[in-house]
Amino acid sequence: MDQPLQTYIEESRALLEDMEAILLHLESAPDDRESLNALFRAAHTIKGSAGLFGLDPIVSFTHVAENVLDRLRDGQLAVSAGLVELLLQCRDHVSGLIDTVAEAGAALSDEQQQAGERLLLALHAVLGEPGTAATAPAAPPVPKEHAGAVETSGGGRVESDAWHLSLRFGRDVLRNGMDPASFIRYLATLGEIVSLTTLAEALPEAAAMDPEGCYLGFEIRLRSEADKQAVENVFEFVHDDCDIHILPPRSLVEDYFKLIEALPEDNHLMGEILVASGALTTRELELALACQNLKAAAEPPDEAGPCAPGKPVGQILVERGDTYPEIVDRALKKQQQGREHKAQEARFVRVHADKLDGLIDLVGELVIAGAANALLAGRSGNAALTEASSAVTRLVEEIRDSALRLRMVPIGETFNRFQRVVRDVGRELGKDIALEISGADTELDKTVVEKIADPLMHLVRNAMDHGIESAEVRAAQGKPARGTLRLNAYHDSGGVVIEVSDDGGGLKKDRILQKAWERGLIAPNQNLSDSEIHQLIFEAGFSTADAVTNLSGRGVGMDVVKKNIVALRGTVDLDSGEGRGTTARIRLPLTLAIIDGFLVGVGSASYVVPLDTVMECLELSAGERAALARRNYINLRGEVLPLIRLRDSFELGGEAPKRENIVVVSHAGQRTGLVVDALLGEFQAVIKPLGRMFRHLKGIGGSTILGSGEVALILDVAALVKQATAREMAATDAAQTAMH
Amino acid sequence: MDIDTQQHDGLCQATLAGEFTIYAAADAKARLTALLDACAEVELDLSAVSEIDTAGFQLLLLIKREAQRLGKTVRFVAHSRTTLELIDLYNMAAQLGDPLVIPAP
Repeated sequence: MDQPLQTYIEESRALLEDMEAILLHLESAPDDRESLNALFRAAHTIKGSAGLFGLDPIVSFTHVAENVLDRLRDGQLAVSAGLVELLLQCRDHVSGLIDTVAEAGAALSDEQQQAGERLLLALHAVLGEPGTAATAPAAPPVPKEHAGAVETSGGGRVESDAWHLSLRFGRDVLRNGMDPASFIRYLATLGEIVSLTTLAEALPEAAAMDPEGCYLGFEIRLRSEADKQAVENVFEFVHDDCDIHILPPRSLVEDYFKLIEALPEDNHLMGEILVASGALTTRELELALACQNLKAAAEPPDEAGPCAPGKPVGQILVERGDTYPEIVDRALKKQQQGREHKAQEARFVRVHADKLDGLIDLVGELVIAGAANALLAGRSGNAALTEASSAVTRLVEEIRDSALRLRMVPIGETFNRFQRVVRDVGRELGKDIALEISGADTELDKTVVEKIADPLMHLVRNAMDHGIESAEVRAAQGKPARGTLRLNAYHDSGGVVIEVSDDGGGLKKDRILQKAWERGLIAPNQNLSDSEIHQLIFEAGFSTADAVTNLSGRGVGMDVVKKNIVALRGTVDLDSGEGRGTTARIRLPLTLAIIDGFLVGVGSASYVVPLDTVMECLELSAGERAALARRNYINLRGEVLPLIRLRDSFELGGEAPKRENIVVVSHAGQRTGLVVDALLGEFQAVIKPLGRMFRHLKGIGGSTILGSGEVALILDVAALVKQATAREMAATDAAQTAMH
Repeated sequence: MDIDTQQHDGLCQATLAGEFTIYAAADAKARLTALLDACAEVELDLSAVSEIDTAGFQLLLLIKREAQRLGKTVRFVAHSRTTLELIDLYNMAAQLGDPLVIPAP
């Protein structure tokens, strides 16, 4: 697919998301003018750009929706729940249309097409127009008051069948990089320019003339089959700087007369020009002049009629605006929108994700090379070199951080998508549920954000379906009738935590246990901690729901949720209290590429512990060393600290040196001590994934290359902590069994 | 753009060359008005104008009108193809044409 189209699709999708957010917002704040404007602009941009690519189905559908939005904006229509619902459906339809463009060659399903036609009918009904499937902008309707005024104004329709355009370009047009000549050339592509008169009356004497200013005006007769919109679009970019009057073919003589009055040039001269160019016949001009005299005589001068002389130009413009408000309005909108778009473009640079990945790879190499450099500089004993090298190292660290931040996006966008989900699902379930979002600014890696959306969706739907009770039950329990669903995100020790919580009924432990027994997941009488019971619902095929609904309760989902999260090197756990509600907590690593590590040595091997997980380091005292022969924990300031001897864990062999150290690491609130030989200090580790062969290795998260060129393994602290905790539990169980 | 001038007893023959556009407009205006001040009769050779836009067109119009005001004469000769095209588009051959020769296509 070509690049501009790709960009269009991306932009449109972003705009559609905006529209959805705005529509939802309008439900609660129906009078927000700014939102209505933004809504209109979004629809308009989608339509306009679709036109550029010749995506006619999008143009014709969006056009009708845009008309409705336009009326909303003008206050001719009021925002109602039904209308918002309809517009949301329209948004979805446009989104479907754009999907068909994205998947080149795809077509709308019959169902979608029918839905589209149904929506069009509904939109037309809202507009109060007869519903027709033909949505191309019709030829400009003849304004009624003018049709009625034909006889009294003494002028009929002009005989000429061509468009008449009066253009007065503003001073700054040339300076803004636009050339009237190009507009006229483009205009010529729409039809045949029957006549063109260049007006240079505004050109001052040499001394006063600004060579970069534009002083020209044009009277153009155009014979064309194009519709008003198309003719008007020619001047889209210059509308701000240019006084444009467009009269459709067979306009009223009176309109021409108004035009003559509105133009800055002498009326008589203009009349002559119009006659000369064939816009008016001499007879028509005479009629118009007669009308002017008639009106002037009949009415007091201050009460100016449509062709009264001496009327201020501004007033005439307003009257002309009454005749074709859509032209003026639309052009203004277009201009405004163009400016906004440009401002936005200036702030953002679109970069292909591959380029970014390439950059991060390079930064990774730079980090490794920098480490080698620092190591050699340190060995050389040359103070100046060491200093220079440490400056380089610091800069490399900053570059690394900035490069990684490029990939970081706030999670808010993903969260906001759930506004619609919560609203729709709530409606479907007949529950009134509010969504509260916090921590929307929390940033995490783009790939992670993309992949977390599906699991989140499952959790949200689950919470709404099973978590939050129906209004009656809630009322009976003394809870507010309106249920609350919370999405929260925050940073926590080198990772990101995303919480989905509800204030519903909570997990019913006995039900879960019962189901688990029925399915043979646990043995009867098996003792389980609360969190272990909660984890059961992540087992495949597990559902405690009494009723299977469309949304959830089929027992597929929670196991998929867990699988997806684990694939991101994350974890998920549940916190629930009966009657209080449930919180699902997803922990994810911040980034997938580079980490700050703490380098430790065991024998001749080096290991990297992610620095964020390191709480403290302490020396293993002789007394504790002796005790370690019997048990695997020490007393750390009054708390039990389970220990893992890396030497034993990884079966390194060899004798432990005289002095050993403990690195206290923490994960998800659990602490564990790693017993190592030497503490080697902080180290930036570029994570190199392990090969497929080592995929099932427990306790190792990846590998990295040290400055010396040696390989160091990165410890998977989460797995190690879990391992230690499990071992402690097993030991306790064994001890208890032994005691019985 | 360049303006190359030769004088023969009151007749200034000048050749406009290059891009006669808004980028050169300020400079061109100064030089053309100076030229008009210095000579009673000016003949501008447009054959080497490679590009002309509305700013350039306005200057042609200005110099012509200024000459009329001062009772002097300005003639445009040997219009280049792009110049002709623009004058034609603006339907101003009557004002700016002078001995305008429509070239065989």
